[in-house]
Amino acid sequence: MNTNSIQPEGITGVVDRVVARWRHDPTCMVQILREVQETCDWLPPEAIDRTQELLGVPRTSIEGVAHFYSFFYTQPRGLYRILVSDNITDRMLGNMALLDRLCQSLWVEPGKVSEDGLVSVDTTSDTGMGDQGPALLVNNYAVTRLSEARVDEIVDLVRGKVPLAQWPADYFKVEDNVRRADIMLGHALKPGDALRAAWGRAPAAMLEEIKRSNLRGRGGAGFTTGLKWEACRNAPLKAGQQRIVVCNADEGEPGTFKDRVLLASHADLVFEGMTVAAYAVGATRGFLYLRGEYRHLLDSLNGVLERRRQEGLLGKGILGVPGADFDIEIHLGAGAYICGEESALIESLEGKRGTPRNRPPFPVTNGYQDQPTIVNNVETFAAAALIAVHGGDWYASIGTKQSAGTKILSVSGDCERPGLYEYPFGVTVRQVLEDCGARDTQAVQVSGPSGVCVGAGEFDRRIGFEDIPTAGAFMVFDQSRDMFEVARNFVHFFQHESCGFCTPCRVGTSLLKNMMDKLHKGLGSRFDFAEIEQLNQLLKATSHCGLGHTACNPVLDTVAKFRPAYDQRLRRQDFMPAFDLDMALAEARQMTGRQDSGAHFKTEFGEG
Amino acid sequence: MDTPVKKKLKVATASLAGCFGCHTSFLDIDERLLTLLEYIEFDRSPLTDIKEVSPDCDIGIIEGGVCNAENVHVLREYRKNCKVLIAIGACAYNGNIPVYRNQFPLPVVLEEVYHTGPGLANGLIPNDPELPLPLNKVHPIHEVVKVDYTIPGCPPSGDAIWKFLTDLLAGREPELGHGLLRYD
Amino acid sequence: MSDTFTLDGKTISFTEGQTIMQAATDAGVYIPHLCYLPELKPHGSCKLCTVKINGRETSSCTMRAAAGMVVESDTEEINSQRRALIHMLFVEGNHLCPTCEVSGNCKLQATAYHLGFMSPQFDHFFPIRRVDASHPDIWLDFNRCILCSLCVQASRDVDGKNVFGLSGRGIKSRLIVNSKSGKLADTDMAVTDKAAQVCPVGVILKKRTAFKTPIGERTYDKKPISEVPDTPAKER
Ligand SMILES: Cc1cc2nc3c(=O)[nH]c(=O)nc-3n(C[C@H](O)[C@H](O)[C@H](O)COP(=O)(O)O)c2cc1C
Ligand code: SF4
Ligand code: SF4
Ligand code: SF4
Ligand code: FES
Repeated sequence: MNTNSIQPEGITGVVDRVVARWRHDPTCMVQILREVQETCDWLPPEAIDRTQELLGVPRTSIEGVAHFYSFFYTQPRGLYRILVSDNITDRMLGNMALLDRLCQSLWVEPGKVSEDGLVSVDTTSDTGMGDQGPALLVNNYAVTRLSEARVDEIVDLVRGKVPLAQWPADYFKVEDNVRRADIMLGHALKPGDALRAAWGRAPAAMLEEIKRSNLRGRGGAGFTTGLKWEACRNAPLKAGQQRIVVCNADEGEPGTFKDRVLLASHADLVFEGMTVAAYAVGATRGFLYLRGEYRHLLDSLNGVLERRRQEGLLGKGILGVPGADFDIEIHLGAGAYICGEESALIESLEGKRGTPRNRPPFPVTNGYQDQPTIVNNVETFAAAALIAVHGGDWYASIGTKQSAGTKILSVSGDCERPGLYEYPFGVTVRQVLEDCGARDTQAVQVSGPSGVCVGAGEFDRRIGFEDIPTAGAFMVFDQSRDMFEVARNFVHFFQHESCGFCTPCRVGTSLLKNMMDKLHKGLGSRFDFAEIEQLNQLLKATSHCGLGHTACNPVLDTVAKFRPAYDQRLRRQDFMPAFDLDMALAEARQMTGRQDSGAHFKTEFGEG
Repeated sequence: MDTPVKKKLKVATASLAGCFGCHTSFLDIDERLLTLLEYIEFDRSPLTDIKEVSPDCDIGIIEGGVCNAENVHVLREYRKNCKVLIAIGACAYNGNIPVYRNQFPLPVVLEEVYHTGPGLANGLIPNDPELPLPLNKVHPIHEVVKVDYTIPGCPPSGDAIWKFLTDLLAGREPELGHGLLRYD
Repeated sequence: MSDTFTLDGKTISFTEGQTIMQAATDAGVYIPHLCYLPELKPHGSCKLCTVKINGRETSSCTMRAAAGMVVESDTEEINSQRRALIHMLFVEGNHLCPTCEVSGNCKLQATAYHLGFMSPQFDHFFPIRRVDASHPDIWLDFNRCILCSLCVQASRDVDGKNVFGLSGRGIKSRLIVNSKSGKLADTDMAVTDKAAQVCPVGVILKKRTAFKTPIGERTYDKKPISEVPDTPAKER
């Protein structure tokens, strides 16, 4: 698990080994840096030097990548690098108190490394354990169901320098928590079933079947899968090119964790769907882009791939058919939500910074290394495997007219039974709330921060592309929750995850975060509110990609539906500075030793 | 000017963390100042002896950014008493030269000035209660109070100030075209 | 083949493959832009060139023109968005025009003038940024970088050198230099490089040339940027 030791090979030895393992291929930069860090605990300058020597790329392209992804460290971060998941659902479960406890016991400030260089503690975006939080990552491995007792034990293990491999296995146990299974979570297919069914048709007929199914993408945007595949299939190949199938397992949207379960317990179904796709579009190379937070799944997934190769379900001559070649390589992300956006994902697969591309051209014609590429969500591929076996008509008959099939919801927050709920499309919000044991519900955030906030008056609305489209997150908030704080947490998330490429999102998410923090501190007035509205409008209109477009949704939604939560923070008649004026004199007071009345701001302006 | 104003508008001005360049530029509108004085009268200002801003002041014009406690008090007094508050010049508008110190923590700045800097070695950081304490950072005035208008420039030219004020007095949205709108 | 679209009601003809920006420039219509230079591949990051096409906002520097498009650019709605974008670029860096040697020749400043930006409301970030004076002929003042990437592209695609690159993420994004030390002196940058000519603001500066042109004679003193949108840097 973690070796915490670069002996005996030394830093250059580590880099040599890792670079060779990744074929001296600069497009594998993210993987190379990740593996180097897994051994060295950070990316020391010597490692960057050596990587540059071996790959012959400009140093800027290594440093640019190393500084883009949250999980890469170019400064020492300790033998134990603890990142506490900080989604709103973790907050509701008390993650901040546990973070404080951890930091106090370990004598370390949040965001810093302990003085002895042993451990660092910080927060990170949602780690995909919303059904079993609060959660944290230690050296990228997920620890779930944190409690005070567990935190205290972790402190002892860290202090005792116990290697991660010897930590109690129970810490790292990730439950599936499947609460309602339907055609997907309840399938009974065996490895190879979907492939044999697909191979029984011509590739064009397989594509036809997907089109008949009316399957739409499960990653959020809901693009018709058959059309995407067809466009890729029809895209001309230049000399030396091949078609590419990419499975998007970045699952970065806070509150979403269904891909985690599909990959943990139904990996064959997902890989089978990818292989069906490859067959239908004529692709020979595949990637699974797995979020770095799911490091715990990597080894078993590689095992599944290897087994499938041995069973003739992957690799050269699939099912014994000469020329039926398709293989899958897993790339792990390194802490960047934006890499879930398909063109940023492709950049990351190419070993670059995860910056969304200009579109058109779209990936279906100019994707991975400029080759025709389909990118689909994990659940989309799983559905494709089911369709290969049961046919498009069968699938289209489930769900609603515009939303065929089922949808897996990741339910978390204020309810008795968080976990996965698979329903045919068309289920009402109310039904889901009833099934998961939610009481006194104030609101549901459907599809994560970039989705919609549904208030109590709207619980008869339905999940589906006709009404409430969703990538799967379903976060429940009861009446005790402050919806302003929910929105503020989401705004912080977007600010942290903005890739920084375009002006409105790079600067705008920071401005928005500062404004929300100002309101939080009780320094807000109507003037600030006007600024918030303007920022939202600007982000929506001018951002480069979906992140910026949706970064304002949480605020717009909560303003529209939970206005009192804002009004109570906008009581000030007069404009106030965003900073505490009296604190702004603290340094000068300390330097001069003054405590007289002139050394303080006592009365607040205009507030009687 | 298009519309004759019956009662003269009261105009108060102040210089905070600035260099008086903007005030000087104000006087650069030359003989037009006389025309202007048919419509306005000066309230508290470095140009007058009035010590406090009248509660019914119409226009406050602030030069300079906010770098110490006194600046904050003065700025708030103007904001409280003026119907319209105008930031004049780069220092009021974005902090300008004084914000160079924002690159360093205040203790480092004070140490450098009073202890380690040449000529002042072993000096003492003044702690006289009569002196305003510096804020840890310098701020443009719109970060401290609500500002209604800005006349950029370092300093804005007399022509720009004239154009701006005449627009405002005539009830137009002030506009500075090519050559008048300048940040330097 | 030549087709047409309308831009603020004016008919603009274009050839297959041209972007809206290119076609507009050919027709002598100015659309504000900062990260676009006619001779480099459009980058699409500053968003100053945002226009509305058939009612939807898009970057005109990357969007291919299509026959019959109805494009709006010079409207109060779009210009106020552009002012806000300009304002964002000002507050995320440290832009003190009175002390800046490209003042009067700066595209950011000139674009702000063109848009009539004069009412700040956002708080400044006052980031701590470096200056790199290591190179004998060039100095870098990162305080003013707007991350337009033009120098990155020019060095890579025109000079074949890769002197610059982007690093960091989000608001911590920054320009870096291709050397172990991180210093420009340790790169093969030359003052004659294309990369030394493209910076729209005052980051990449030639030593010993500052403040040579008297105020009043500088590029945008003489004409607004809308009349001289892409003046080569050596003439700026
Ligand atoms: C900021 C952002 C993040 C995204 N994250 C994900 C993700 O984690 N997983 C995913 O499948 N799609 C994600 N998407 C959507 C993808 O861009 C893409 O539409 C999707 O993978 C296509 O697959 P589908 O058609 O099967 O849904 C994201 C989009 C944006 C704009
Ligand atoms: S909208 Fe945000 S995430 Fe998307 S390209 Fe712009 S900065 Fe990057
Ligand atoms: S780069 Fe342009 S906007 Fe920035 S300080 Fe210099 S002149 Fe002003
Ligand atoms: S240095 Fe200049 S050209 Fe390079 S990215 Fe920054 S602003 Fe653009
Ligand atoms: S000029 Fe088009 S985005 Fe910058």
